[in-house]
Amino acid sequence: MSDDKPAGPEKSVEQPAVEQSPENVPEAFGEPGLEVRAVGERQGMFGVQGSGDTSGYGGLVAPVVLPGAAQRPYGGWFDTVADALDPLIEQVVIHRGEITFHIHRDNLLAAARKLRDDPDLRFELLSGVSGVHYPGDAGRELHAVYHLMSFTWNRRVRVETAAPDGDPHVPSLVPIYPAADWHERETWDMFGIQFDGHPALTRILMPDDWPGHPQRKDYPLGGIPVEYKGASVPPPDQRRSYN
Amino acid sequence: MGTDQDFYAGGADTAEGKVFTVTGQDWDEIAADMGDSDAAERIVVNMGPQHPSTHGVLRLILEIEGETVTEARCGIGYLHTGIEKNMEYRSWTQGVTFCTRMDYLSPFFNEATYSLGVERLLDIEDDIPEKAQIMRVLLMELNRISSHLVCIATGGMEIGALTVMTIGFRERELVLDLFELITGLRMNHAFIRPGGVAQDLPPGALDEIRSFVALMKKRLPEYAALCNANPIFKARLENVGHLDLEGCMALGLTGPVLRSTGYGFDLRKAQPYCGYETYDFDVQTWDTADSYGRFRVRLNEMWESLKIIEQAADRLAKLEGAPVMVADKKVAWPSQLSIGSDGMGNSLDHIRHIMGESMEALIHHFKLVTEGFRVPAGQAYVPVESPRGELGAHVVSDGGTRPFRAHFRDPSFNNLQAMGVMSEGGQIADVIVAIASIDPVMGGVDR
Repeated sequence: MSDDKPAGPEKSVEQPAVEQSPENVPEAFGEPGLEVRAVGERQGMFGVQGSGDTSGYGGLVAPVVLPGAAQRPYGGWFDTVADALDPLIEQVVIHRGEITFHIHRDNLLAAARKLRDDPDLRFELLSGVSGVHYPGDAGRELHAVYHLMSFTWNRRVRVETAAPDGDPHVPSLVPIYPAADWHERETWDMFGIQFDGHPALTRILMPDDWPGHPQRKDYPLGGIPVEYKGASVPPPDQRRSYN
Repeated sequence: MGTDQDFYAGGADTAEGKVFTVTGQDWDEIAADMGDSDAAERIVVNMGPQHPSTHGVLRLILEIEGETVTEARCGIGYLHTGIEKNMEYRSWTQGVTFCTRMDYLSPFFNEATYSLGVERLLDIEDDIPEKAQIMRVLLMELNRISSHLVCIATGGMEIGALTVMTIGFRERELVLDLFELITGLRMNHAFIRPGGVAQDLPPGALDEIRSFVALMKKRLPEYAALCNANPIFKARLENVGHLDLEGCMALGLTGPVLRSTGYGFDLRKAQPYCGYETYDFDVQTWDTADSYGRFRVRLNEMWESLKIIEQAADRLAKLEGAPVMVADKKVAWPSQLSIGSDGMGNSLDHIRHIMGESMEALIHHFKLVTEGFRVPAGQAYVPVESPRGELGAHVVSDGGTRPFRAHFRDPSFNNLQAMGVMSEGGQIADVIVAIASIDPVMGGVDR
């Protein structure tokens, strides 16, 4: 991308940089001083790429940063749950009033058992498993996100675990939450995450002999150009995108 | 190839077990042969995916012994359309157009949970106009009625109660007429959007809603009169598809199935959204944990929905002309349609505004329609109580103008896991009743 960057004005004619007031600085996530992890990179603006870029925005590169770790006290019952899970937690993220516990896959079973059985936690309902593929999150490309609810306490938490692309293994929660059965099959089907210990990890939505895992970011959406009134409309994944 | 070979049968590749070749009129020999072999004969029956009693393209794989089902499994995926993947290639507002098609019997709930998730990420939850929230509640409760009506109607049809079907669809048609009046469409509305709703109520809509409520109050007792104490209906439904509270907890069942066990859990009460805490209604339960209980829960819930609709209509009457979209011009969908002599089309007032009066309005219109708005990076999950249970959209943003990932936790998908538990050990005919009591919608299951 750096090749395409239009040559800027000479250093000598460059205007002195405007002093940045706080509102011009991108919002910093999480507590200051804590490391934030970029999960990807956003390039350009307005969808301009390559030599057609006369705006100069095409050379922009910005990291994609998810909300960072929260620090204690988290407030209210968040601390109760965090205390009970403490040694098993990698990171706690609180964003928009929802709490996410990032748990290493080796600790996932122990954490899930505790979440279900601890009388202070009692998360009886596993709402589902949602896979997310972050191709830019090196070593943690495949995330499995669990939403749990406690009927007893009327609380919700999110548990997130990650696996590298080269070793896409996550322990299955079916022994603890039988409801995870189909959800894990769907996540395997769509993302290729292998849930170790699942009783029958087979495809569920795609045909049995389907190659690939369609909802990964490296799997194309597909589609053909459509002709409309003489013009050809490209398929959605090849249209100009406003990243 | 000799004449004794069957072109269509191909080669018999079965490596184990006994192979029978049936060529017609030799049933006596086959039967005699079977008598010799060991009794471990498994009969596996495929019901569906095109069977009229399996609620859309649901395939049931039943292992039977006589009329008794010894093992039951579901085969799904026949209606998978990749909606979640497609949503990643459209703007956040366009996402509504896709997710409304998932569970096609409760489109407003799909739109609502997605919009609530996007609004939480945008941090505009408190800025949604009151009128938009009331209209969402109104539409969702109307939708709950239409969805429960289809459940009861098709459930009745499948056990042979055709009158239940005809009256169910008769009333549902009235709800769809209201949808058409308010949103312009009977299905696939894309009406609830991030920031509010697409349009204000059309003139006369409240009167139509009130007359619908009055009519439903006369019609709903017909269902009770037809079914509640009907001995055939009860014989088919009672103690069929039994699933107690422990089973519901383990398999993550919510909605009418959970409430039929006597546990009154309803997200509208427990974790209110869209202002449900301000409405007066009761959570309906039953204590039999069977198909009959679920039928009664649904029937009673329609009465509760009527109560909520009346309250919402009263509030809307006081809010004439109030905004239905968030005030932030960087999020609010700019264009309002209007009805002209040739149907729904561009609002000339809006075109005059952007083309002749306000440069900023033109820029906002252009930017929002072509590019859309950016949503701060993060993830949100705001579930709603759909007619089938907890429906939630896990919405993930990377800070761009498109969803990075949108996953729908569809209650039909989850609840269908209980099909085996509900039907194993019962009769084949009861499998149909058990599935009808789960009320799965395959559009939502397969997405």
